[in-house]
Amino acid sequence: MMMDYSPLLISVKTSCLATVIAFFTGIYAAYIVVRLKHFQGILDAILTLPLVLPPTVVGFILLIAFGKNSPIGQIMMSFGYSLVFSWEATVLAAVVVAFPLMYRTTRGAFEQLDENIIYAAKTLGVSDWKIFWHIILPNTKHSLIAGVILAFTRALGEFGATIMVAGNIPGITQTISTAIYSAVQAGDNNAAFFWVGIIVAISFVVIVLMNLWLKNNGRYAMKSSAGNGV
Amino acid sequence: MAEKQWAICDEVLCGEWGLSMALKVKIKKQLNAFTLDVDFNVENEIFAILGASGCGKSMTLKCIAGVETPDSGYIELDGQVLFDSEKNINLSPRKRHSGYLFQNYALFPNMTVFENIAFVVSGSKENKSKTAEEYIQRFHLQGLESIYPANLSGGQQQRVAFARILAAQSRLLMLDEPFSALDSYLKWQLELELGDLLEKYKKTTLFISHNRDEVYRLCNHVAVMSNGHIETVSDKYGIFDDPQTLTAAVLTGCKNTSKAHKIDEHYLYAVDWQLELFTAQQVPDDLSYVGFRAHFFEPTTAQQQVNCFSAQIIKVIEDTFSYIIMIRPHDKESLLLRWELEKDAWVRLRDKPIFLTIPEDKLILLKK
Repeated sequence: MMMDYSPLLISVKTSCLATVIAFFTGIYAAYIVVRLKHFQGILDAILTLPLVLPPTVVGFILLIAFGKNSPIGQIMMSFGYSLVFSWEATVLAAVVVAFPLMYRTTRGAFEQLDENIIYAAKTLGVSDWKIFWHIILPNTKHSLIAGVILAFTRALGEFGATIMVAGNIPGITQTISTAIYSAVQAGDNNAAFFWVGIIVAISFVVIVLMNLWLKNNGRYAMKSSAGNGV
Repeated sequence: MAEKQWAICDEVLCGEWGLSMALKVKIKKQLNAFTLDVDFNVENEIFAILGASGCGKSMTLKCIAGVETPDSGYIELDGQVLFDSEKNINLSPRKRHSGYLFQNYALFPNMTVFENIAFVVSGSKENKSKTAEEYIQRFHLQGLESIYPANLSGGQQQRVAFARILAAQSRLLMLDEPFSALDSYLKWQLELELGDLLEKYKKTTLFISHNRDEVYRLCNHVAVMSNGHIETVSDKYGIFDDPQTLTAAVLTGCKNTSKAHKIDEHYLYAVDWQLELFTAQQVPDDLSYVGFRAHFFEPTTAQQQVNCFSAQIIKVIEDTFSYIIMIRPHDKESLLLRWELEKDAWVRLRDKPIFLTIPEDKLILLKK
């Protein structure tokens, strides 16, 4: 029987797009939350919740929020569009579960950054925009990379929320994770083994690549060996 | 490794005191433990704020720099209003050019020495690199251009931080405990460098420290700060001779202090030492403390007429070049007094009964 490779393509497309979205929203959220003076704990809890809730709960909430009977769903319906059970829904589910990992990792990195460095830049006349791009991001890039990898692998492995909000439609919303479920349900062990192998391989390679990169791009403290004998 | 001595003899850098260089600060800010309430003026000088850790010194600098906002008040630099709560003026830190030298120098870890300086220069790319090169020359940083801050020594980091502040055209120089994190040898090296620098580069400077010796060596005027308030402002000689307040006395290194009250014109009673003392000065009515420096005791082997007591030795501590003797008057349950003397002086005196005299002109009378 010919193997249908669409779950691989759908999974990779979904995880990549979800990671890109989680990357920007996660960094933005971390930047905002770190600077909040009030309600920091509450906002943080809301943003972190998808990480700890069962994926089925996340899926259920998304279904309620974007379903045909919800206000958002109604608006989308008026444009002749339905999010539920579409490919975009797999991306939405993946973003929601991947986002907290990106946000948390980034926030930790921002908080560890010496605030005097930011103050110094400000008093030296550097704009907030330049501070963010030339000081905050470069000095937290190791954590950001780690956040990206965690977000990507989490998005790739997403199952519960996806199957609830996007379903398991071959060729449209069936990802590797849901394909494994279908294969096991159908008693097709060969297909299940195949997809398990694929997802383990991708996740493994990505993490190894991250570790290699971190090793070769050590912190600035170790970067230059041309020290002057201090 | 010894720091190479350096001196800046650059004409451009050896400016003269400007005419209008003045900083006026009068601000209030509610903090957790106390209210910061400071009011002082600095004009063409090196002005120190001496205070214990957590007394509000750094917060004062941060308010001037604009990274913290006072609740109310007024800050003016060279005639320009930086902050005025009544007129709702609050310039952003980048418009204040306040030249804040952080305790840890706060160099950008992801940038080389060259980039650290060039990054804060405004203008075209050519201008940035030209200015950066110029300051690298001036601060003798040649050869270190492509080194990252983590690989620089403390002295080199300080120089880069200074170069960066000057390259950014700061109008003021604010030094936040620049030596507190350093070991004593390096500290001295950096202090020498800083002394040279302040002498050559005449800018209104605010220096905050808890170290009386640094302050005495580097500054002209000293404000003593305690719990968010400036207690006294005077020139540095005044503050050491006549500290006036308990905080100032302690910060200027007075080791013995006691609650005190007036008996008459020239007599006072030191409560914590349980001693009645004669002083050459007129005792003010509102006397509340008395201080006495540890090396001013005059030891004798027999009872003297004035301010003399038989000393009971409680503890002897050998210091590097002196002995510290903790004593209290015989048969009394007073607080311990600290007496410091040269090593050989102690060797001659010990094992004999000791009487100590507090010279009548050496008592420090404190009002609060």
